[in-house]
Amino acid sequence: MFWNLGSIDDRLFDDFRRIQREMDELFGTGPTRSGIRAVARGTYPPINIGATPEQVDVYVFAAGIDPGSLDISIQQNLLTVAGERKAAGEESAEYYRRERFDGPFRRVLTLPEDADPDRVSAQYRDGVLHISVKRRESTQPRQIEVK
Amino acid sequence: MTETQQVSKQESRPVRASSDTERLIRPAVDIFEDQAGITLRADMPGVSRDSLDIRIDRDTLSIEGQASISTPEKMEALHAEVRSTRYQRSFSLSGELDTDNVEANLKDGVLTLRIHKRAEHRPRKIEVQSA
Repeated sequence: MFWNLGSIDDRLFDDFRRIQREMDELFGTGPTRSGIRAVARGTYPPINIGATPEQVDVYVFAAGIDPGSLDISIQQNLLTVAGERKAAGEESAEYYRRERFDGPFRRVLTLPEDADPDRVSAQYRDGVLHISVKRRESTQPRQIEVK
Repeated sequence: MTETQQVSKQESRPVRASSDTERLIRPAVDIFEDQAGITLRADMPGVSRDSLDIRIDRDTLSIEGQASISTPEKMEALHAEVRSTRYQRSFSLSGELDTDNVEANLKDGVLTLRIHKRAEHRPRKIEVQSA
Protein backbone atom coordinates (compact mmCIF):
# COMPACT_ATOMS: atom_id res chain seq x y z
CA MET A 1 0.00 0.00 0.00
CA PHE A 2 2.87 2.38 0.55
CA TRP A 3 3.63 2.81 -3.08
CA ASN A 4 0.20 4.34 -3.48
CA LEU A 5 0.94 7.15 -1.04
CA GLY A 6 3.30 8.85 -3.42
CA SER A 7 0.69 9.24 -6.08
CA ILE A 8 -1.89 10.50 -3.61
CA ASP A 9 0.48 13.17 -2.39
CA ASP A 10 1.28 14.14 -5.93
CA ARG A 11 -2.34 14.55 -6.72
CA LEU A 12 -2.89 16.71 -3.62
CA PHE A 13 0.04 18.90 -4.53
CA ASP A 14 -1.08 19.11 -8.14
CA ASP A 15 -4.44 20.36 -6.94
CA PHE A 16 -2.79 22.82 -4.63
CA ARG A 17 -0.53 24.12 -7.37
CA ARG A 18 -3.46 24.43 -9.73
CA ILE A 19 -5.47 26.43 -7.21
CA GLN A 20 -2.50 28.65 -6.51
CA ARG A 21 -1.95 29.22 -10.21
CA GLU A 22 -5.59 30.15 -10.68
CA MET A 23 -5.44 32.56 -7.77
CA ASP A 24 -2.33 34.13 -9.22
CA GLU A 25 -4.07 34.57 -12.52
CA LEU A 26 -7.04 36.16 -10.85
CA PHE A 27 -5.26 38.57 -8.60
CA GLY A 28 -2.04 39.07 -10.44
CA THR A 29 0.18 38.26 -7.47
CA GLY A 30 2.19 35.72 -9.38
CA PRO A 31 5.81 36.06 -10.42
CA THR A 32 4.75 37.52 -13.79
CA ARG A 33 5.25 41.23 -14.15
CA SER A 34 2.65 43.15 -16.12
CA GLY A 35 3.95 44.97 -19.16
CA ILE A 36 4.24 48.72 -19.22
CA ARG A 37 1.77 48.79 -22.12
CA ALA A 38 -0.56 46.22 -20.58
CA VAL A 39 -4.19 47.24 -20.51
CA ALA A 40 -7.03 46.39 -18.19
CA ARG A 41 -8.94 43.17 -18.68
CA GLY A 42 -11.84 43.58 -21.06
CA THR A 43 -10.17 46.12 -23.34
CA TYR A 44 -11.33 45.83 -26.92
CA PRO A 45 -10.18 43.97 -28.94
CA PRO A 46 -8.69 41.12 -26.92
CA ILE A 47 -5.33 39.90 -28.20
CA ASN A 48 -3.30 36.71 -27.91
CA ILE A 49 0.38 36.55 -28.76
CA GLY A 50 2.29 33.37 -29.43
CA ALA A 51 5.84 32.72 -30.53
CA THR A 52 7.90 30.10 -32.27
CA PRO A 53 11.65 30.37 -32.91
CA GLU A 54 10.87 31.59 -36.45
CA GLN A 55 8.03 34.04 -35.92
CA VAL A 56 5.73 35.88 -33.55
CA ASP A 57 2.00 35.46 -34.12
CA VAL A 58 -0.52 38.05 -32.97
CA TYR A 59 -4.23 37.20 -32.93
CA VAL A 60 -6.63 40.12 -32.67
CA PHE A 61 -10.18 39.01 -31.86
CA ALA A 62 -12.09 41.74 -33.65
CA ALA A 63 -15.29 40.43 -35.21
CA GLY A 64 -17.29 42.42 -37.72
CA ILE A 65 -14.63 44.79 -38.95
CA ASP A 66 -13.93 45.90 -42.49
CA PRO A 67 -10.32 44.71 -42.89
CA GLY A 68 -9.65 47.61 -45.26
CA SER A 69 -10.28 50.10 -42.47
CA LEU A 70 -7.66 48.55 -40.19
CA ASP A 71 -4.47 50.46 -39.62
CA ILE A 72 -1.62 48.13 -38.71
CA SER A 73 1.84 49.59 -38.24
CA ILE A 74 5.08 48.33 -36.82
CA GLN A 75 8.06 50.30 -35.62
CA GLN A 76 10.95 48.17 -34.48
CA ASN A 77 9.20 45.75 -32.14
CA LEU A 78 6.20 47.96 -31.38
CA LEU A 79 3.05 46.86 -33.16
CA THR A 80 0.04 49.15 -33.36
CA VAL A 81 -3.40 47.99 -34.45
CA ALA A 82 -6.05 50.65 -34.87
CA GLY A 83 -9.49 50.67 -36.41
CA GLU A 84 -13.10 51.37 -35.86
CA ARG A 85 -16.06 49.15 -35.37
CA LYS A 86 -19.54 50.32 -36.16
CA ALA A 87 -21.75 47.97 -34.22
CA ALA A 88 -24.71 50.31 -34.02
CA GLY A 89 -27.94 48.95 -35.45
CA GLU A 90 -31.14 50.73 -36.23
CA GLU A 91 -31.74 53.77 -34.13
CA SER A 92 -35.51 53.36 -34.23
CA ALA A 93 -35.30 49.92 -32.59
CA GLU A 94 -35.59 49.41 -28.88
CA TYR A 95 -32.39 48.06 -27.36
CA TYR A 96 -32.37 45.54 -24.51
CA ARG A 97 -28.66 44.80 -24.51
CA ARG A 98 -25.74 46.73 -25.91
CA GLU A 99 -22.67 44.79 -24.89
CA ARG A 100 -20.77 44.82 -28.17
CA PHE A 101 -17.99 47.32 -28.58
CA ASP A 102 -18.80 50.29 -30.80
CA GLY A 103 -16.35 52.96 -31.84
CA PRO A 104 -12.67 53.47 -32.55
CA PHE A 105 -9.99 51.34 -30.92
CA ARG A 106 -6.23 51.28 -30.78
CA ARG A 107 -3.85 48.82 -29.20
CA VAL A 108 -0.09 48.95 -28.92
CA LEU A 109 1.85 45.74 -28.34
CA THR A 110 5.44 45.13 -27.47
CA LEU A 111 6.79 42.20 -29.45
CA PRO A 112 10.02 40.38 -28.69
CA GLU A 113 13.12 42.45 -29.50
CA ASP A 114 14.10 40.32 -32.47
CA ALA A 115 10.87 40.95 -34.43
CA ASP A 116 11.68 41.92 -37.99
CA PRO A 117 9.50 44.90 -39.02
CA ASP A 118 10.25 44.25 -42.70
CA ARG A 119 8.67 40.81 -42.73
CA VAL A 120 5.10 41.14 -41.53
CA SER A 121 1.98 39.59 -42.98
CA ALA A 122 -1.63 39.97 -41.90
CA GLN A 123 -4.86 38.25 -42.76
CA TYR A 124 -8.42 38.61 -41.52
CA ARG A 125 -10.62 35.54 -41.31
CA ASP A 126 -13.86 34.84 -39.42
CA GLY A 127 -13.38 37.97 -37.35
CA VAL A 128 -9.82 37.21 -36.25
CA LEU A 129 -6.93 39.30 -37.48
CA HIS A 130 -3.77 37.22 -37.60
CA ILE A 131 -0.50 39.13 -37.86
CA SER A 132 2.71 37.17 -38.37
CA VAL A 133 6.03 38.86 -37.72
CA LYS A 134 9.18 36.94 -38.63
CA ARG A 135 12.07 36.96 -36.21
CA ARG A 136 15.61 37.85 -37.20
CA GLU A 137 17.55 34.77 -38.07
CA SER A 138 20.55 35.53 -35.92
CA THR A 139 18.54 34.91 -32.78
CA GLN A 140 17.07 31.62 -33.83
CA PRO A 141 18.54 28.64 -32.05
CA ARG A 142 21.17 26.89 -34.11
CA GLN A 143 22.18 23.33 -33.90
CA ILE A 144 25.86 22.95 -33.10
CA GLU A 145 27.40 19.77 -34.23
CA VAL A 146 30.08 18.13 -32.15
CA LYS A 147 32.97 17.12 -34.37
CA MET B 1 -40.20 13.71 -4.65
CA THR B 2 -40.40 14.43 -8.32
CA GLU B 3 -40.27 18.12 -7.58
CA THR B 4 -37.03 17.93 -5.62
CA GLN B 5 -35.54 15.78 -8.31
CA GLN B 6 -36.39 18.36 -10.90
CA VAL B 7 -34.88 21.14 -8.83
CA SER B 8 -31.65 19.29 -8.27
CA LYS B 9 -31.46 18.50 -11.96
CA GLN B 10 -31.76 22.17 -12.83
CA GLU B 11 -29.14 23.14 -10.29
CA SER B 12 -26.63 20.56 -11.37
CA ARG B 13 -26.49 21.89 -14.92
CA PRO B 14 -24.65 25.19 -14.42
CA VAL B 15 -22.40 23.66 -11.76
CA ARG B 16 -21.26 21.00 -14.14
CA ALA B 17 -20.65 23.59 -16.83
CA SER B 18 -18.46 25.76 -14.60
CA SER B 19 -16.45 22.87 -13.18
CA ASP B 20 -15.75 21.69 -16.70
CA THR B 21 -12.05 21.82 -17.44
CA GLU B 22 -12.77 23.75 -20.60
CA ARG B 23 -13.72 27.35 -20.02
CA LEU B 24 -16.55 28.89 -21.95
CA ILE B 25 -16.59 32.37 -23.41
CA ARG B 26 -19.82 34.27 -22.98
CA PRO B 27 -20.10 36.21 -26.23
CA ALA B 28 -21.02 39.89 -26.05
CA VAL B 29 -24.44 40.51 -27.57
CA ASP B 30 -26.65 43.32 -28.80
CA ILE B 31 -30.37 42.66 -28.68
CA PHE B 32 -32.94 45.00 -30.12
CA GLU B 33 -36.57 44.84 -31.06
CA ASP B 34 -38.65 46.43 -33.76
CA GLN B 35 -42.26 45.92 -34.76
CA ALA B 36 -41.65 42.73 -36.74
CA GLY B 37 -39.25 40.91 -34.47
CA ILE B 38 -36.12 40.72 -32.36
CA THR B 39 -32.57 40.90 -33.66
CA LEU B 40 -29.64 39.43 -31.75
CA ARG B 41 -26.04 40.05 -32.69
CA ALA B 42 -23.24 38.10 -31.03
CA ASP B 43 -19.48 38.49 -31.35
CA MET B 44 -17.90 35.10 -31.94
CA PRO B 45 -14.54 35.77 -33.57
CA GLY B 46 -12.86 32.65 -34.96
CA VAL B 47 -16.10 30.73 -35.44
CA SER B 48 -16.90 29.54 -38.94
CA ARG B 49 -20.26 28.42 -40.25
CA ASP B 50 -19.45 24.73 -39.73
CA SER B 51 -18.59 25.10 -36.07
CA LEU B 52 -21.62 27.17 -35.15
CA ASP B 53 -24.56 25.53 -33.41
CA ILE B 54 -27.82 27.38 -32.86
CA ARG B 55 -30.59 25.53 -31.09
CA ILE B 56 -34.11 26.36 -30.05
CA ASP B 57 -35.55 23.94 -27.53
CA ARG B 58 -39.05 25.04 -26.58
CA ASP B 59 -38.44 28.53 -25.20
CA THR B 60 -34.66 28.34 -24.88
CA LEU B 61 -32.37 29.69 -27.53
CA SER B 62 -28.79 28.55 -27.20
CA ILE B 63 -25.82 29.62 -29.24
CA GLU B 64 -22.63 27.63 -29.29
CA GLY B 65 -19.52 27.94 -31.37
CA GLN B 66 -16.04 26.57 -31.53
CA ALA B 67 -13.36 28.97 -32.70
CA SER B 68 -10.79 27.39 -34.95
CA ILE B 69 -7.62 29.41 -35.08
CA SER B 70 -4.65 28.09 -36.98
CA THR B 71 -1.55 28.23 -34.84
CA PRO B 72 1.91 27.11 -35.85
CA GLU B 73 3.22 23.95 -34.26
CA LYS B 74 5.20 24.27 -31.02
CA MET B 75 3.91 27.76 -30.40
CA GLU B 76 4.64 29.18 -26.98
CA ALA B 77 2.06 31.56 -25.53
CA LEU B 78 3.52 34.95 -24.67
CA HIS B 79 0.30 36.69 -23.82
CA ALA B 80 -3.30 35.49 -23.74
CA GLU B 81 -6.44 37.51 -23.17
CA VAL B 82 -8.66 34.90 -24.80
CA ARG B 83 -8.23 31.67 -22.88
CA SER B 84 -10.83 29.48 -24.47
CA THR B 85 -12.07 28.69 -27.94
CA ARG B 86 -15.60 27.73 -27.01
CA TYR B 87 -18.47 30.21 -26.99
CA GLN B 88 -21.75 29.51 -25.27
CA ARG B 89 -24.73 31.58 -24.25
CA SER B 90 -28.44 30.98 -23.97
CA PHE B 91 -31.58 33.06 -23.73
CA SER B 92 -35.19 32.41 -22.90
CA LEU B 93 -37.69 33.37 -25.54
CA SER B 94 -41.22 34.56 -25.01
CA GLY B 95 -44.36 33.13 -26.57
CA GLU B 96 -45.02 35.80 -29.18
CA LEU B 97 -41.80 34.92 -30.98
CA ASP B 98 -42.13 32.51 -33.86
CA THR B 99 -39.38 29.96 -33.23
CA ASP B 100 -40.01 28.41 -36.63
CA ASN B 101 -39.21 31.68 -38.31
CA VAL B 102 -35.60 32.47 -37.40
CA GLU B 103 -32.94 33.64 -39.80
CA ALA B 104 -29.28 33.25 -38.97
CA ASN B 105 -26.33 34.87 -40.66
CA LEU B 106 -22.64 34.68 -39.76
CA LYS B 107 -20.20 37.17 -41.20
CA ASP B 108 -16.68 37.98 -40.03
CA GLY B 109 -17.31 36.35 -36.67
CA VAL B 110 -20.56 38.22 -35.99
CA LEU B 111 -23.70 36.13 -35.70
CA THR B 112 -26.95 37.91 -36.54
CA LEU B 113 -30.17 36.17 -35.55
CA ARG B 114 -33.49 37.52 -36.62
CA ILE B 115 -36.43 36.10 -34.72
CA HIS B 116 -39.76 37.09 -36.20
CA LYS B 117 -42.86 37.70 -34.17
CA ARG B 118 -45.93 35.62 -34.82
CA ALA B 119 -48.20 37.40 -37.27
CA GLU B 120 -50.95 37.93 -34.70
CA HIS B 121 -48.52 39.72 -32.39
CA ARG B 122 -47.37 42.33 -34.86
CA PRO B 123 -48.91 45.68 -34.08
CA ARG B 124 -51.69 46.72 -36.40
CA LYS B 125 -52.51 50.27 -37.08
CA ILE B 126 -56.13 51.04 -36.48
CA GLU B 127 -57.48 53.72 -38.66
CA VAL B 128 -59.94 56.10 -37.12
CA GLN B 129 -62.66 56.77 -39.58
CA SER B 130 -64.32 60.09 -39.62
CA ALA B 131 -68.06 59.98 -39.42
